[in-house]
Amino acid sequence: MALIVDKHRPKSLDDLTYHDELSKRLRSLAQCGDFPHVLFYGPSGAGKKTRVVATLKELFGPGVDKIKIDARVFQTSSNRKLEFNIVSSIYHLEITPSDVGNYDRVVIQDLLKEVAQTQQVDQSAKQKFKVVIINEAENLTRDAQAALRRTMEKYSPNLRLILLADSISNIIAPIKSRTLLIRVPAPTHDEICKVLAASAKKEGWPILSGLHKRIAEKSKRNLRRALLMYEAVHAQNEKVTDDTPIPDADWEVLLGQIATEIVNDRTPARILTVRAQLYDLLTHCIPATNIIKTLAFKLVDLVDDDLKGEVIMFAATYESRIKEGTKMIFHLEAFVVKIMKMVEEHLMSVDM
Amino acid sequence: MASFFDLKARKAAAANGASSSAEKKTTENPRLQPWVEKYRPKTLSDVTAQDHTVTVLQRTLQASNLPHMLFYGPPGTGKTSTILALAKELYGPEMMKSRVLELNASDERGISIVREKVKDFARMQLTNPPPGYKSRYPCPPFKIIILDEADSMTQDAQSALRRTMETYSKITRFCLICNYVTRIIDPLASRCSKFRFKSLDQGNAQRRLEDIAKLEDVVLEEGAVDALIRCSDGDLRKAITYLQSAARLVSATAGGDDGDGDKMDVDSKSITVKIVEDIAGVIPDATIQKLVKAMRSRDAFRAVAGVVEDMVADGWSAGQTMTQLNQAIIYDETIPDAQKNRITGVFSEVDKRLVNGAEEHLAILDLSLRISKIMAGR
Repeated sequence: MALIVDKHRPKSLDDLTYHDELSKRLRSLAQCGDFPHVLFYGPSGAGKKTRVVATLKELFGPGVDKIKIDARVFQTSSNRKLEFNIVSSIYHLEITPSDVGNYDRVVIQDLLKEVAQTQQVDQSAKQKFKVVIINEAENLTRDAQAALRRTMEKYSPNLRLILLADSISNIIAPIKSRTLLIRVPAPTHDEICKVLAASAKKEGWPILSGLHKRIAEKSKRNLRRALLMYEAVHAQNEKVTDDTPIPDADWEVLLGQIATEIVNDRTPARILTVRAQLYDLLTHCIPATNIIKTLAFKLVDLVDDDLKGEVIMFAATYESRIKEGTKMIFHLEAFVVKIMKMVEEHLMSVDM
Repeated sequence: MASFFDLKARKAAAANGASSSAEKKTTENPRLQPWVEKYRPKTLSDVTAQDHTVTVLQRTLQASNLPHMLFYGPPGTGKTSTILALAKELYGPEMMKSRVLELNASDERGISIVREKVKDFARMQLTNPPPGYKSRYPCPPFKIIILDEADSMTQDAQSALRRTMETYSKITRFCLICNYVTRIIDPLASRCSKFRFKSLDQGNAQRRLEDIAKLEDVVLEEGAVDALIRCSDGDLRKAITYLQSAARLVSATAGGDDGDGDKMDVDSKSITVKIVEDIAGVIPDATIQKLVKAMRSRDAFRAVAGVVEDMVADGWSAGQTMTQLNQAIIYDETIPDAQKNRITGVFSEVDKRLVNGAEEHLAILDLSLRISKIMAGR
């Protein structure tokens, strides 16, 4: 049984439920025969990928649905072999170059050139060009992005790129100036409610506007998370009513506990237990960035008003260090200790 | 799968596709080209706004001699265009292939390539131009190697070039192109004559954009050109790309309206300031003002956190937020200079973090809170 996120994913531009203006724009772009390179950006769960797939369908017709997965082997200049997965149909390729870390430049250079130098095989195809979708473009290294620059101009008759990124801060200016930037904002609460209601109808679940509203608020305008929560609610409860509690993710619950413990008990012994808990989260593959961000927002609710700004400041500081360094646990612990010290000092000054 | 085995249907589809694509070919081919390529200057005199460089190069064109060259300057100022135009004027279309080697960051450019490909090309003897050709093009007796985006070459690869440049200087000239001259190692830089490309001034960029708009039959609304230039910060390529994207949008939506048959206004086809700003990803002023207002409010934390969360959810990029917020604050007369000094420090620190790939939500929230704290005078 597929998750409702996948099951009810809109398949064509007509099915998209929000950002009508954007859908109209995408359709006209796809139809005018002159499709530019595009860079989609927006927060996760806003529907970037869904829109890209729908646009592809508008461009090429149903052929894009028949996809296969290839494992390709690339060789770096130092003779290292890289395994790399490519999802492709006859009209398009989809790659996630950040899978191979620092070697993404090799993949970009080899693969794109290979694709660009061969023409469309299917003579009956609607478009003369092929499309390459690059996921997580914000994680591309500088080298890989530099490699994209000329490729985009040189091979534009045979190749169009669609880049997907959460943010465009890490994308170098030359790429931005060569693509059409399309911003996909997250859906508003009302729009999420509408989508939930539509899904409920398809599944035969009762439509509970109160529950929908709460899920929408809790999901922080992330539609994917909202749908998953909605399914979780239905999976865990036999009978769902307007005030059924919405279960939190386990790791969020744990982080909530950690936050309370940090604020209430500021001792070296506590640091040790928190350390074990953080390790636990890390080994369960929760990204350190998520940990520190969630922890910071949980802490903000607990501490005094004067300290809120500082909590965020330290969170931002240590988060950036996580990105620069390699040992995440050091920075997480440093953050925890810093918060403890801050709270302690604040209490002391209040007492005196 | 049924249609896959249905031979007749497939043949029909193929025939349809072939015929329609053949029709398309005649009408749409020029449209498919990006305008940046289409309107790349064809001769040196077409190059806009780089008067000094162009005069120097034109003189070398007459003298048929050329130094090694190093072009540097911000993106979109015409570095690649200039050297390509120069090469075209020197060699003409037929000799371009055998006399010019263009390498850029999309080609493998490690030390081995410099040793093999570049050296081989540099070493190659010159071929003679066909008779009569020389009267049309100067065809000077040397080849040109263009190393585009040279600042992304490794130090080792650059040092491997040093001797090569000198040894074969009789028959080969190098042209290095880069954004940051500091990334080119000194020994290389000292072997080249340097040309700085300055960013385009308002007048030149405006003229060029208006020319293109006229040639492409695009109607620009009052102020749209200014908006284009403002959003592209002197990068003409960016401005042209924006113009083309805007034109696509406008013509596409207008086409859709024709299909519906209800709107046929000529006004709807012109490019407005709003469309340009939309494409460039400029944040509406109202949003920025809301953020600034939240920073000044008494319960700053809650207000700022709310606004920032909305902005992140709307997908505004952190870089753009910082640029616009910076402008809003720097030009705000009510903030004392001492506070502005400290605020600028915060901006630079957060910018560094963002470049290193920090989480945007936290970074922007941190930035806003710290600014609000400074403005509150604490």
